[in-house]
Amino acid sequence: MQLWLIPLLPLAGFLINGIFGRRFSKGLVNAVAIGSVLLSFAWVLKTIFSIDLNATHAEHYFTWIQSGALNVGCDFAVDRLTVVMLLVVTGVGALIHIYAIGYMAHEGGYYRFFCYMNLFMFFMLVLVLASNYVLLFVGWEGVGLCSYLLIGFYFDKKFATDAGNKAFIVNRIGDFGFSLAIFSIFRHFGTFDFGTVFAQAPQASTGVLTTIGLLLLVGACGKSAQLPLYVWLPDAMAGPTPVSALIHAATMVTAGVYMTARSWPIYTHAPDAMNAIAVIGVLTAFFAATIGLAQNDIKKVFAYSTVSQLGYMFVGVGCGVFSAGIWHLVTHAFFKALLFLGAGSVIHALSGEQDLRQMGGLRHKIPWTFWTMMCAAVAIAGVPPFAGFFSKDAILLGAYEHAPWMYWLGTLTAGLTAFYVFRAMFLTFFGGYRGHEHPHESSPVMLVPLAVLALLSLAGGALFKVPDFLASVFPVMQEHGNPTLMYISVAAGLAGIFLAWLMYVARPAMADSVATGLHGLYTWVLNKYYVDEIYDAAVVRPVINGSRVVLWKGVDAGLIDGAANGVGSRARDIGSVLRLMQSGSIRSYATWVLFGSVLVIVAMAAQWFGEAVLR
Amino acid sequence: MMNEVPISWFLTLSAVLFALGVAGFLFRRNIITVFMSIELMLNAVNLSFITFSYQLNQVNGHLFAFFVMVVAAAEAAVGLAIILTVFKNRGTLNIDDVNSMKN
Repeated sequence: MQLWLIPLLPLAGFLINGIFGRRFSKGLVNAVAIGSVLLSFAWVLKTIFSIDLNATHAEHYFTWIQSGALNVGCDFAVDRLTVVMLLVVTGVGALIHIYAIGYMAHEGGYYRFFCYMNLFMFFMLVLVLASNYVLLFVGWEGVGLCSYLLIGFYFDKKFATDAGNKAFIVNRIGDFGFSLAIFSIFRHFGTFDFGTVFAQAPQASTGVLTTIGLLLLVGACGKSAQLPLYVWLPDAMAGPTPVSALIHAATMVTAGVYMTARSWPIYTHAPDAMNAIAVIGVLTAFFAATIGLAQNDIKKVFAYSTVSQLGYMFVGVGCGVFSAGIWHLVTHAFFKALLFLGAGSVIHALSGEQDLRQMGGLRHKIPWTFWTMMCAAVAIAGVPPFAGFFSKDAILLGAYEHAPWMYWLGTLTAGLTAFYVFRAMFLTFFGGYRGHEHPHESSPVMLVPLAVLALLSLAGGALFKVPDFLASVFPVMQEHGNPTLMYISVAAGLAGIFLAWLMYVARPAMADSVATGLHGLYTWVLNKYYVDEIYDAAVVRPVINGSRVVLWKGVDAGLIDGAANGVGSRARDIGSVLRLMQSGSIRSYATWVLFGSVLVIVAMAAQWFGEAVLR
Repeated sequence: MMNEVPISWFLTLSAVLFALGVAGFLFRRNIITVFMSIELMLNAVNLSFITFSYQLNQVNGHLFAFFVMVVAAAEAAVGLAIILTVFKNRGTLNIDDVNSMKN
C-alpha cells in the first residue's frame, strides 16, 4: 500500500525547499511545500479506502537495529486509531500550510519556514504510523526538534530562542521518562513491537505494568504539556502563529495523548497508572484554566487553553474512555487550530498587536475572522450541538463513572473555559476600538482555511462519531448517558459565557473592580502563580551553578586539565634531572661507561654464583 | 721451560694492567694518553686470553687474541685521525676543553 509515501512526501518537500528554496520564487516554494502535504493527505484518503479497516495493515521496510536479542524494524501499521490521527495531521496540517502562505507573506526566511513545517509533518507522520516504540520515539524526538526550530524561527529575538530552548529542554525531561519506559518494555517483553507487547501485557505483573505506565506518563507530560512540565507551552507562543496552531494545538502536543491511547493494553492492566493519568489531567485542566482567566496576550490565553484541553484528553484516557479522549483530540484540533489561526488573522489585521487591552470593536472591521472565531468559541465552550460539546461530554461522563470529584472539577473547568474564551472574544471584537492601528481583513488564502475549520468545528462533532469508528480498537465503554450530568456541564458552559458577557460587554467596569478587589489573587494568577520563577530558583539556578562551579571549574578545569598538565610538568621535571647526565665532558661519560660495565659484571657474577649455589 | 710460574700470577698481572689502563683512561687529561690507556686495557685482556688458552691447552684463546689485536689496530688508526682533526680545530689536546655538547 506504500504507506511510506505518506511521511516521505513532506520529507521530499523539506529536502527540495531546503536545498534549492533560496533560489525559488515564493510561488514555487508554496507549490512544493503545500503540494507535498496535500499529496500526503490524498494518499491518506486513498489508503483509507483501499485497506480493510477491521484489521491492522502492517508494512515492514527494513531491519533497523539487529543486535543479539534486540531487533527493531522500520515498521508502519495502520488501524482505525492511526486513520483518525492521519486524517487530523494531514488534513488540519494542509489547511494550516495554506493559511501560512498568507500569514508569512511579509516575513523573512519564507522558504526556511516551510522547510521546517514539512520536516515537522514528516516526523509527526512517522510517529503516528510507527508500529513499535523505538520508531515512535524517533518521531517523538523529531517533532520536538522541529518545535524548537519553529519556536525559535525569529532567531534574532532572544525571547524566541530562549523559548525554543525551554521547550526542547523541558521536553527532554519527559523524554528521559519515556526512554526509561522503553527500556523497561524491552526488559520485560523482549521486544518493542506494539502487537507483541500488547499481546503479552495481560500476563505481566501489575507492578511492572504500573512502572511502565507511570514512566510513559512522564514522557506524555513533557510532550503534551501537563503538570509539572507544561511551562514550555505558553512561552512557545513566541513562534509564528501557524506554528502555534499546528504544533502546539493540533498535532505535536497531542502525541502524548495518542501514545497513551495506543498503549491502552498496558494501562488497562495497571489501574494505578491510569488513575494517575486522570488525576494529573484534571488538575492540569483546572490549573491552566485559572491562569488563562487573567492573561492579556491573546495567544497566551489560547496557549493555557490548550494545556487545559489536553488535560481533558488525559482525563478521558485515564478514566478508561479512550475513544472519548481521542474524539476530543480531533474536535480540539478543529476549534483550537481555528482559534489560533483566527488570532493570527486578528494580529495580522492589527499589524502585530497581540495585547487584548489594545483591541476592541473589531467585529465590523474583520467580519470573516469574527464569525469563524465565534464558531470555534461556541465549540470550545461546549455548547450543543457543536463539536466540543460531544467530546467534552463523553469525557465528563466517563470521569463521573471513574471518580465523581473529577466530574465536578471538570465541569467547573468547563465553565472557566467558556469564560476565558468569551472574555478574549468580547475584548477583541466588542466594545470600542482601543488601539491605534488600521484594521484590515485578511486575504482569502487565510480566510478559506478559517472557513473550513469553522464548518468542522460546528458540524464535526455530529458528523464524525469517532467513538463508534474506534469501537473495535478500544475496550467498549459503558454508555450510561445520564442526562442530568449533561445538563449540568452545558449549564456551566453557558454560565461562563453569560458571566463573560456581563463583565466585558454589559458592564465593562466590573472586570476592573473585580481585579482590584481581589488584587492579591489577581496578581498571583496574572503571573502564572510564579511557577516559572519557582522552577528557576529551585531547579534551574542550582543546576547552572552546580554545573559552572563544581563541574566546570572544579572537575574539568581543576581535575582533568590539572591531571593532563600535571603529567606534562612531571615529565619535564624528570627530564631536567636526567639532563644532568649530558654534561658534555668526556671524562664523565667515561665514568658512566665504567660504572655501567661494572654493574653488568656484578650481575653476571651474581647469576653465576646463584646457579653454582643451587647446584 | 714453562714450568711452575703459577697461572694466577699471569692473571694478576693482567688484572693490574687492566686497572692501570682504567685509571689512566679516567684520570688523564691528554687525549693521546687516554688512547694509550685504552691500548693498555686491550693488551691486558690479550694476556688473559693467552693464559687461559695455555691452561686449557686450546687454540681458541690465541685466535681471539689475534682478533683483538686487529681491532685495536683499526681503532687506533681511526682514533688518531679523530685526534688530529680535534687538534686542528680546537688547538688543544685537553679533553676537558672539548665540551661544546654541554647543555
